[in-house]
Formats: sequence, structure tokens, C-alpha cells
Amino acid sequence: MNANASLNLEEYIARMEEACGEEKNVIVHFKFKKKDEAIGKILKKAKVEKTVAGVIFDLTYKGLSIRLYNTGKAIIKKAKDKRQAQSILAELLS
Amino acid sequence: MFDPYKVREDFPILKRKINNHPLIYFDNAATTQKPRQVIEAVKEFYEKHNANVHRAVHTLSLEATELYEEAHEETAKFIGASSMAEIVFVRGTTEAINLVAYTWGLRNLKQEDEVLLTLMEHHSNIVPWEILSKIKGFKIKYVDVDEDGALNQESLKGMLSPKVKLVCVTHVSNVTGVINDVKTIAKLVHENGALLLVDGAQSVPHMPVNVKDLDCDFLAFSGHKMLGPTGIGVLYGKQEILEKLEPFHGGGEMIREVSFDPKTLRCKISWNTLPWKFEAGTPDIGGAVGLASAIKYLKALGMENVKTHECDLTKYALKRLEECSKVKVYGPKSVELKCGIIPFNVEGFNSHDVALLLDSYGIMIRSGFHCAQPLHQKFNIPSSARASFYIYNTREEIDRFIETLKEIEESL
Repeated sequence: MNANASLNLEEYIARMEEACGEEKNVIVHFKFKKKDEAIGKILKKAKVEKTVAGVIFDLTYKGLSIRLYNTGKAIIKKAKDKRQAQSILAELLS
Repeated sequence: MFDPYKVREDFPILKRKINNHPLIYFDNAATTQKPRQVIEAVKEFYEKHNANVHRAVHTLSLEATELYEEAHEETAKFIGASSMAEIVFVRGTTEAINLVAYTWGLRNLKQEDEVLLTLMEHHSNIVPWEILSKIKGFKIKYVDVDEDGALNQESLKGMLSPKVKLVCVTHVSNVTGVINDVKTIAKLVHENGALLLVDGAQSVPHMPVNVKDLDCDFLAFSGHKMLGPTGIGVLYGKQEILEKLEPFHGGGEMIREVSFDPKTLRCKISWNTLPWKFEAGTPDIGGAVGLASAIKYLKALGMENVKTHECDLTKYALKRLEECSKVKVYGPKSVELKCGIIPFNVEGFNSHDVALLLDSYGIMIRSGFHCAQPLHQKFNIPSSARASFYIYNTREEIDRFIETLKEIEESL
């Protein structure tokens, strides 16, 4: 991850956690004030597979599935680890 | 007459909206919300009585000491202990179990001994014993559970032998809500000459628990799961057992005397009386005051009423969940066998999806392993969603939960 990408993450993300369970999910909480901007940027770059009432977006990006919520949360599914999820988000938010 | 709507008025947080929806809090097995009586008691302690406890002569310290000791007495009465000597305040259930491991376990368990745990234990009743086993070399064996998550008593009976020195079992599973028959287990364990440690984190807050009736040797539970503050918990131990144990933590408060011997150039130490022998350093006095207030609140409601209300909610929720075709519920379906905890999954979703979807409707549930990975392996599921109820939850909230689950099922 380059320096700019790292700056972007701090700007948009409040918290990222590897969720417990065998599914290897990473849960992302966007900063409340930046969530709409973050969602907008992600929607521009990732492929939207499905939208539910403009509230939930099922996306794919570089082979990873992402479920994005307009409440400012996201699940990155089957990421190898938190670092991979960070790197994907850095690209999406740059 | 128990009225959850009247109870709700005491909980300021329940007036919140989350994601523009009224808050529904169904994560009570993780921690409970606090009534204003508890919040006020803690606030009043810090505003009017704050001082360190014991060994001071000034007025504030005496007031703080009285409140702190009263909290021990209140707790002792709540669980039917003989006296406050049997009530050790700790940070929570986890620390209480570690206390037993590093006092009784460290001094009594030998290489040839066995400790029995169950597959339904929370990690806090597994990890301390696995760590200690690596130090002391004793064997750990896991008692099996049935398909519905109930403890397999035949498996327990088959594993008991003269080698077994300790059996650790949860009173109520934090995943399935299964209630274990601790009284019968205690009889079996004692006939075998072993001791019984009970994890009461999910039972003490939800049903009448009497340690004399159960005849357990140790009982561990947390204040924050029963309306109290975080950072305060309880280890009950039979006095005759606690008397024989060496302390866990060393420091101030837990000693009677530390005298320097000029001949040996070492300090000679004698321990304080129970329960202070196990409470090194300045304790969480504010937390203890909050816990006492929480206990008074629960006693005023009546623990039988608490249990009945939760049983009613669980029965109702289990019935209504049958309407959700993609929802699979784990654990027993009969409320006679369980507490107000319902683990489930929705076909096509992982548990975190379900929790996040419900969160967007203001409904708070937990997802993942719930610190009980072995039980999930037993059920052969990668994780689960969990709804857990308490005194302030209502059937109306369950209706909204079910309707939201149906929406989730239909929409994706």
C-alpha cells in the first residue's frame, strides 16, 4: 500500500476488524461524516452485482465480494487477511 | 405483575434511535443495558463518597468501605452464600476462572490428574485450563454435547474417574441457552471426589441461583451481564476451600502483615482474612456499588419473574421464527431446557451479514463464534447469529425482529 492510499484509509475508515467465524470476513466501519463520500467512491470503481432498495449494495472487485450498507458499514468477504482488505479499500477510495 | 414496558422506562439508552429506527437491543448475552438506578448509584458514589477502602480513619473512607462491604453482603445474599467471606470481587467471569486456575489449580493439579471441561464452554472456561495444563502437565478431557447442544450426561459419567480432580461446566450455554442440571452434575462430581466449578455468567442474571442448593464449589459471574457496570465480577467459593488457598495476586489490601526480617533480609508475609486475601490492590469500588444497585433492582423485580418473562419471550420468538423459511435455529426448541438465547443462521447469508442487515434496522444482535468455537465445530457451522433477551425486551420487539428477518429473506 502506498502512502497516499494509507492517507485515504485514515480519512474514511473509523475501524476495520477481522470478524470471528470461519468465513474470513473483514468488517469495515466508515467515519460517519465521510460515509456518503466513501460509498460514492466505492460504487464508482467496484462492479455492482445487486442493489436492494438503495440500502445494500452487493459488489465485486478484483475477485472479492463486498457488501456495502448505506449506514456506513461494509463486509469484505473471503479476504486473505485485514491487510488485503486494506489494500483493496485503498484502491477503491483513492 | 411484571411489566417490561414499566421496566423500560428505567433504561435511558432504550430511547435511542439507531440508523433512524428505535433501538432494539438483543445482545444481552454479551452485556446488558444499565437502569438509571445503577447509573445514579455509581454517580452518587463518585460525587459524595469516593475514597479508598479499608485502613483509613477518615469519614469518606469509612463510607466507601461500608458501601464496598455492603456490596459483598448483597451479592452473598443474592446467590445464597453463607457470608461475604465467600464472595471475591474480580473484574469478571474470566478473571474469576483464572483465579481458581492459578490458586487451586496451580497448587493442586498434578501430571497424573484430569480436568473435565465440556464442548459447550465459553473460551474463558477453556483457555485458562489449557494454559495451566501446559505448565502442570495434567490431562484435559472434553465432555460431549448432544445434537441439540445439551450436555451428554452419559459422556460425563463415563469420563469421571478417580483421576478427575476438577469439573468445569457452564450453567447456561452462551450460544444455545441450554441450562445444565448443575445440581445433578455436582452430586456426580462430588461422589467422584472432585470439585465443581460453574460458569454462571449466563445463569445468575437470568434465573434464581442458590449456591447451597446447587452445591457447586466455585461459581463465577459478571456484573455487566446483570445490569451492573463493566469491570466488576464475582467468584463465589466455599469458605472451607477458599481458606486453604494461597492468593492469586499479591499487593496491598490482601495482606495482614509484611514484616522485614533483619536476620533473613527478607519479608515475612501473612494474608488478610477472606475475601480480602484475594482482592489485591485498590478494588473497583464504584463498580461494586453499581453491582449492589443492580442486584437490588433485580431482587425488586424478582428473579422468578425475570425467568418467566424471558421464557415467554423465547417461546414466542421460537414460534414466530418458524414463519421464516430460510432461518435455521440451533439448540433445543423447548423453553423448559433453555434460557433466552437463540442462535440461528439465515440460508444464503453468513452471520455477520445478518447482524449488519439487522443493524441497519436498529436491531442489535451478535454474530460469529460468541467465544465458543468448539461448539460451532460440533454443530458443523462456520458461525452463528445470536439474539438474546432480557427484562426490558418485549414481544413487540420480537415482532419487528421477525418482520425484518422476513424482509431480509425476501429481498436478497
